[in-house]
Amino acid sequence: MLARRIIPCLDVKDGKVVKGVQFVGHEVLGDAVDLALRYRDEGADELVLYDITASSEGRTVDYNWVRDIARALDIPFCVAGGLRTAEQAVRCLDSGADKVSINSPALERPDLIDELAEMAGSQCVVVGIDSREMDNDYYVHQYSGDPDKIRQAGRRTLDWVVEAQKRGAGEIVLNCMNQDGVRKGYDLKQLKLVRDLLHIPLVASGGAGAPEHFRDAFVEADVSGALAASVFHKKIIAIPDLKQQLKADGISIRL
Amino acid sequence: MITVIELGCANTASVLFALDRLGAEAKLSSDQAEIKGARKVILPGVGAAGFAMSRIHELGLYDIIRGLDVPLMGVCLGQQLLFDRSTEGDVECLGLIPGEVTRIEASRELVVPHMGWNQLEIKTQDPLNAGLKDGDFAYFVHSYVCPANKYTLTTATYGHPFAAMVRKDNVWGCQFHPERSSAAGAQILKNFVEL
Repeated sequence: MLARRIIPCLDVKDGKVVKGVQFVGHEVLGDAVDLALRYRDEGADELVLYDITASSEGRTVDYNWVRDIARALDIPFCVAGGLRTAEQAVRCLDSGADKVSINSPALERPDLIDELAEMAGSQCVVVGIDSREMDNDYYVHQYSGDPDKIRQAGRRTLDWVVEAQKRGAGEIVLNCMNQDGVRKGYDLKQLKLVRDLLHIPLVASGGAGAPEHFRDAFVEADVSGALAASVFHKKIIAIPDLKQQLKADGISIRL
Repeated sequence: MITVIELGCANTASVLFALDRLGAEAKLSSDQAEIKGARKVILPGVGAAGFAMSRIHELGLYDIIRGLDVPLMGVCLGQQLLFDRSTEGDVECLGLIPGEVTRIEASRELVVPHMGWNQLEIKTQDPLNAGLKDGDFAYFVHSYVCPANKYTLTTATYGHPFAAMVRKDNVWGCQFHPERSSAAGAQILKNFVEL
């Protein structure tokens, strides 16, 4: 049976893993390769390595760093941050990344999703979406790695997920910004609305603070994976304990 | 020495790194003579079957791969290319294993790609799946599936059971990514290295 995935996200700035509260004000948590290996050992199903400064600074990921991670890891990982062209993304995949996630650049130029899917296959193409609840609806934001540049992208989240799927995205990571970093649980209402529109995998992001938040995302919102950062980095939740508990709750989990 | 076929459309780095972690010597090649004279060959693959097959033809490797009598292992798309044909681009493949590769029909309940860790069920004991047991997890990422038939070593189930590992004569295949499948994957690669 296909297992639900537990996905630690390493937000990387200058080679260090950082975590911000509500995206503003970053705190250094450790070295990216060290943390990646620690999570592999603890039973993470997959990792996301997100260079959070890349899009807003107009630069792209360092492929040597991707290569270092690929050399060490024997679980899949996804690289995100500043990939603007299909060629750059393919180079990233050639360096050993299993998937690439595009966020702000896809909003700037949605054809990038089609181009990437055409060149690398949909299974490698993740579209990351930062979404915030406003006026009883949900709106996409971009450049969320930088508090000075963050802005509303002028798109409804529910429209954008459908467009991304149609253009060839192989997975959606929905980061619910109202919940991000505050550990009160995933935005189940928003996740359910998005999930009902998709026939590609959906990964929940933003708000995990306790094991039952993961359970709720899997059981109530039926997501394929749940992503979290600070609760893992700060050792508030241990992955082996979390997976044991989810398994005991009857959820399909890889132990 | 394991020769990993370089088609220019595959994630070859992670396969090479995994072989390196096992201490196995490997090199990338798209050279006809090198592949013809190889001791062991891996055909990796990520992307579309049509594009990969067109690369195989452009590089003049179609008859060479079909004519190999040393161990050959297709990984992910590489396994799909071993079959007769794929409905992905309606392309004729290598014809080394009978059957047609078809798309997983996506729905809200059965999202596609089939992405993540799924459990293996051993159908036939073989040197390649030695040391594996029913219920072991492997990492899959694919939208097309190979049919389970008499050449299936191991199945996984997503909607329906499909061929997760295959073998016919000197030709083996893995639909999942052994290089990303933790301990079970390392065991399979080690088995291939030791064939």
